[in-house]
Amino acid sequence: MISLTRILFFSSLLICNQVFALEFNQVQTSESSVTFGYKQMNVPLEGKFSKFAAQLTFDPAKAANAQARLDIEVASIDTGSAEGDDAVVGKLWFNAKSFPKASFVSTGLKGLGGNRYEAAGKLTIKGKTQDVVAPVTFQTNGTRGVFDGGFTIKRLDYTIGEGEWTDLGTVANEIQIKFHIVVNATPVKK
Amino acid sequence: MSTPVERYSNTAIALHWLIALLIFVAFPLGLYMSDLQLSPTKLQLFSYHKWIGITVLVLAVIRLIWRVTHTPPALPDSIAKLQQIASNIVHGVLYVLLFAVPVSGWLMSSAKGFKTVLFGILPLPDLVGKDKELGKLLELVHQSLNYILLLLVVLHVAALIKHRFIDHDDILPRMLPGGSSK
Repeated sequence: MISLTRILFFSSLLICNQVFALEFNQVQTSESSVTFGYKQMNVPLEGKFSKFAAQLTFDPAKAANAQARLDIEVASIDTGSAEGDDAVVGKLWFNAKSFPKASFVSTGLKGLGGNRYEAAGKLTIKGKTQDVVAPVTFQTNGTRGVFDGGFTIKRLDYTIGEGEWTDLGTVANEIQIKFHIVVNATPVKK
Repeated sequence: MSTPVERYSNTAIALHWLIALLIFVAFPLGLYMSDLQLSPTKLQLFSYHKWIGITVLVLAVIRLIWRVTHTPPALPDSIAKLQQIASNIVHGVLYVLLFAVPVSGWLMSSAKGFKTVLFGILPLPDLVGKDKELGKLLELVHQSLNYILLLLVVLHVAALIKHRFIDHDDILPRMLPGGSSK
């Protein structure tokens, strides 16, 4: 007897699926991170931004509708050295006084199959905006989701490092940005 | 009639002067660069200083191997036994510093989170993890060892001058290139 309970169970699942979907929209900032890697005299260094705010809505069933926004307080930078931290908030680097925030605003998310996506968006740093594209993976564990991705920017595209620092022989142009965003889901009605 | 001077081997002489030259560049460079404001020049000088230091370390390894496998010429009998012992001690400590100074710099660099990439090509392993307090301590160690090195180099040269002008048993030619080598 393929039991009535079994049929009931599966049909109830089906109903639930039709009525509810999981929308990931509560970013857990304290568990998330925005880090970056760069090279100085070919010496690899790592840094991070400790303060940022993020809004995100993502329904795996409707990936194309996903939206994300990330606002980073540039003064919260940790370049890996105290001397570097003091320098990079200054005018020649991030000019944090005039441009306190760097932001990423998504323009589209494309499914690449499985848990892989490609996120496109506009990155604004120091008042300069550029299009960026980042491969992203999304992993879920119940109502907890994690986005991991990264992309490379060229610092001079954003005039990060002016004057003597435009010299790319010491601090390289390429900056590898990595993000790890933890986001919890709430069931929403369809 | 004077007997011909017994010299160190050409290899030992070459290593001695090459290392001396590198130290004479790295030492003032280290003093100068530390007080600079952050600039591309500062980053370059730090790298050059580190490259020179690691080169000294490599040469020191070769030199130590050479020293262990080749007996240096004996000091002239005119030098008192006690002075010979003192000389051996100073030379011994100088050898130790040829290793300790670059290694302390390498450790300090690792602790401060800056990997050493020799000549911008060869990344060296970090001997310790990033640790701010340890970095400060190692900076002090590196500086102190350098001042001890400076003191011993002054002593080393002072002894040379004393032997040449006071004792008239010039020992400098032992370490100068040319002539017959042992």
